[in-house]
Amino acid sequence: MNVYVEAFALVMQKDVLLAILLSAIYGLVVGSLPGLSATMATALLVPVTFYLSPIAAVATIITASAMAIFSGDIPGALLRIPGTPASAAYTDEAYAMTRKGQPELALGIGLWFSALGGIAGTLSLMLLAPPLAEIALSFSTYEYFWLAFLGLMCATLVARSSPVKAIVSMLLGLLVACVGIENPAGTPRFTFGSTDLLGGIEPIPALVGVFAVSEVMRAMMTAEPPKLPHRRFGSILRGQLELTKKYVAPQVRGNIVGIIIGVLPGAGADMAAWVSYSMSKRFSKTPEKFGTGHPEGLIEAGASNNASLASGWVPSLLFGIPGDTITAIAIGVLYMKGLNPGPTLFTERASSMYALYIIFILANIIMIPLGIIMIRIASKVLRAPRSAIMPVIVLLCAVGSFAIGNNLFAVLTVAAFGVFGFVMERNGYPVAAMVLGIVMGTMVEQSFVTSLIKSDGSIWPFFSRPIASILAAMTIAALLWPVFASLLGWWRRSQAQASG
Amino acid sequence: MTTWTRRQTLAAGGAAGAAATLGLKTAAAQGAYPNRPVTIICPWGAGGGTDATARIIAAVMEKELKQPFNVVNRTGGSGVVGHSAIATAAPDGYTLGLMTVEISMMHWQGLTELKPDSYTPLALMNEDPPGVQVKGDSPYKTVKELADAIKATPHGKLKASGTGQGGIWHLALVGWLTAMGLKPDHVAWVPSNGAAPAMQDLAAGGLDIVTCSVPEARAIIEAGKARSLAVMAAERNPVFKDVPTLKEAMGIDYTTGAWRGMSGPKGLPKEIASQLTAAFKKVNESAEFREFMANRGFGVKWADADGFAKFMDEGNKAMGVAMKAAGLAKG
Repeated sequence: MNVYVEAFALVMQKDVLLAILLSAIYGLVVGSLPGLSATMATALLVPVTFYLSPIAAVATIITASAMAIFSGDIPGALLRIPGTPASAAYTDEAYAMTRKGQPELALGIGLWFSALGGIAGTLSLMLLAPPLAEIALSFSTYEYFWLAFLGLMCATLVARSSPVKAIVSMLLGLLVACVGIENPAGTPRFTFGSTDLLGGIEPIPALVGVFAVSEVMRAMMTAEPPKLPHRRFGSILRGQLELTKKYVAPQVRGNIVGIIIGVLPGAGADMAAWVSYSMSKRFSKTPEKFGTGHPEGLIEAGASNNASLASGWVPSLLFGIPGDTITAIAIGVLYMKGLNPGPTLFTERASSMYALYIIFILANIIMIPLGIIMIRIASKVLRAPRSAIMPVIVLLCAVGSFAIGNNLFAVLTVAAFGVFGFVMERNGYPVAAMVLGIVMGTMVEQSFVTSLIKSDGSIWPFFSRPIASILAAMTIAALLWPVFASLLGWWRRSQAQASG
Repeated sequence: MTTWTRRQTLAAGGAAGAAATLGLKTAAAQGAYPNRPVTIICPWGAGGGTDATARIIAAVMEKELKQPFNVVNRTGGSGVVGHSAIATAAPDGYTLGLMTVEISMMHWQGLTELKPDSYTPLALMNEDPPGVQVKGDSPYKTVKELADAIKATPHGKLKASGTGQGGIWHLALVGWLTAMGLKPDHVAWVPSNGAAPAMQDLAAGGLDIVTCSVPEARAIIEAGKARSLAVMAAERNPVFKDVPTLKEAMGIDYTTGAWRGMSGPKGLPKEIASQLTAAFKKVNESAEFREFMANRGFGVKWADADGFAKFMDEGNKAMGVAMKAAGLAKG
């Protein structure tokens, strides 16, 4: 008990509380700007943490990243421009709700279930860290391959267009992921002698291009859509309790999937959101409603990505192995501040550990009031004329992509992908599937090639290791299910014809 | 008439003002360097180890030379973009950079024309030697036992990782194997996306050896999931006093490491360069820098401009030999 009292004393310092509040506002703003991701919000905080006490330093990172992942939903719902890759999976759904006249419900879901998901993830971190860490350490490249493959298959599940076009988009994404030298062979591919292309195409500029820039281009081509009825923005939290009661199963499933994906090093909030959204559609009683502004998928995915954020800290704190790009930065800060990751953190520095837990919970609680304010401010863009908003978005995209590496090439990437995304959308190819391909491409290739190197070219370990075999069975079942279903339908029809 | 006069007065005033500023500028230029903020280019992303090192150096330099030192991350092209930016900056002392070991590797692979001698070396600040890590419950208790096992196993049976193909830790393995008289690919290299995923896969049983630096493996070693058998350095790591050097354990005098050092573009004026080297020496010896590096587990190393140039030259040649042996070099 003494440890908890000490931990509370550590958190209830003026500087820590102020750090939480300021980084919360900062995270909300950065996350909501298209082109600035949660990872970037965290990276930009590092120089600031130099001047803070250890607990305050870690608090800024925890708070800012949680806020940024949530507020990435805001431009997604209001403008159909996801703020972070984690929001890309369900942007269309949230935007459809806004067009239906329920923007407050869409954003309320994002806020409420993100906060709940974050708390669920924190509880898993508090109660289950050691067993969860064991899961993380039982995943070798064979398991990662299946996981990444399953992730890729989400492309067809999520898309509302024809599955063939979704697969084409996804494959294009995989092609983009091939560019650069960061492949298993360490050989430059598709770089055409350009130094900039050596590093490959980063997912963030590509995402910003295909969503934000192409949206602006579309806006220039088409007449302004009918204004949403001018009215007061309704209560943001109303109805959330009912939804919580109504959709218990999707929410819990989202939490669990998020926690597990978060714990696995290398698979973060982005993947959690995709997998959860497509699982939600698979298990839903009304899958046909998905994509038309239906809350179910939003609930599951929102619950999932914030849960993964907290559980991503498990391998980071126990082994110094980052769960995602955000914790990769956080580990550096932990070392810098003398809170070295490792088992001793849980024993010798237990009070600091508990202080981190308390900060996680606090951050997810203050997310609700601050998020409501943020949503109210952001909702003003719905009333602003489109001709005023679109130039600002282009500006943000350019500034945001430049800021990542102070490299003009990223800005050109954004522009190129903007054109690309525009052409794709016009012809009915879902751009979200391409983003998924870019995000997952490296992981699929890396895990496949390294697995084969390790097994001297044998594919047997992909099926013989226990967890790999389960994942393989799931993947193959998911692959064959549509074939089986259509065969069954065809057989039934022919039976009916024969008897009739 | 009045208008004309006023215009004339304004013009005259402006000219006088311009002259004054100009005069001031020349005076300042003749005055002590630095008289305006200095940029430090970091070729790697914000939030990483090189970024953190650049920022602590900048923070102490700011106190030392009383001018802001701003760290700018110029990422992309696997470090090529940032290293090029350092080389092509104006040699006036207002753009410096934190170079990393990759500068002595990338040109062998034909990725860039830039070599260590394309710069004005100023100061070597850090070096982290690789360790030899095995799984926590591995049967090999000493590096000697592991080496014997490696020699006894068929070519390519054992697997090692730690970074991408042709990365610094890959070459560390190649160097060690060659020093033992084995083929550079006697232990197969499994490319990974950095040290952390490799350590994770080691613990998951997917790999036999990981040759990343000891600080990178520290947390997982402390968790008992991995053990470090030796370091490829001249001296032991103060944090892991029990881990012997390769020379102590098996008499092989092979050392290498990932390093970071400050440099400027070629042709930096001598006075400025020596002033900077002196300042970096103070940074290197400062309690602030030492404490920071100890916290992160990074090794502190010092060499002045000449020492750094010599260090890079030797490292560059050794890398060339190792990369050619491993078939990684072009031409």
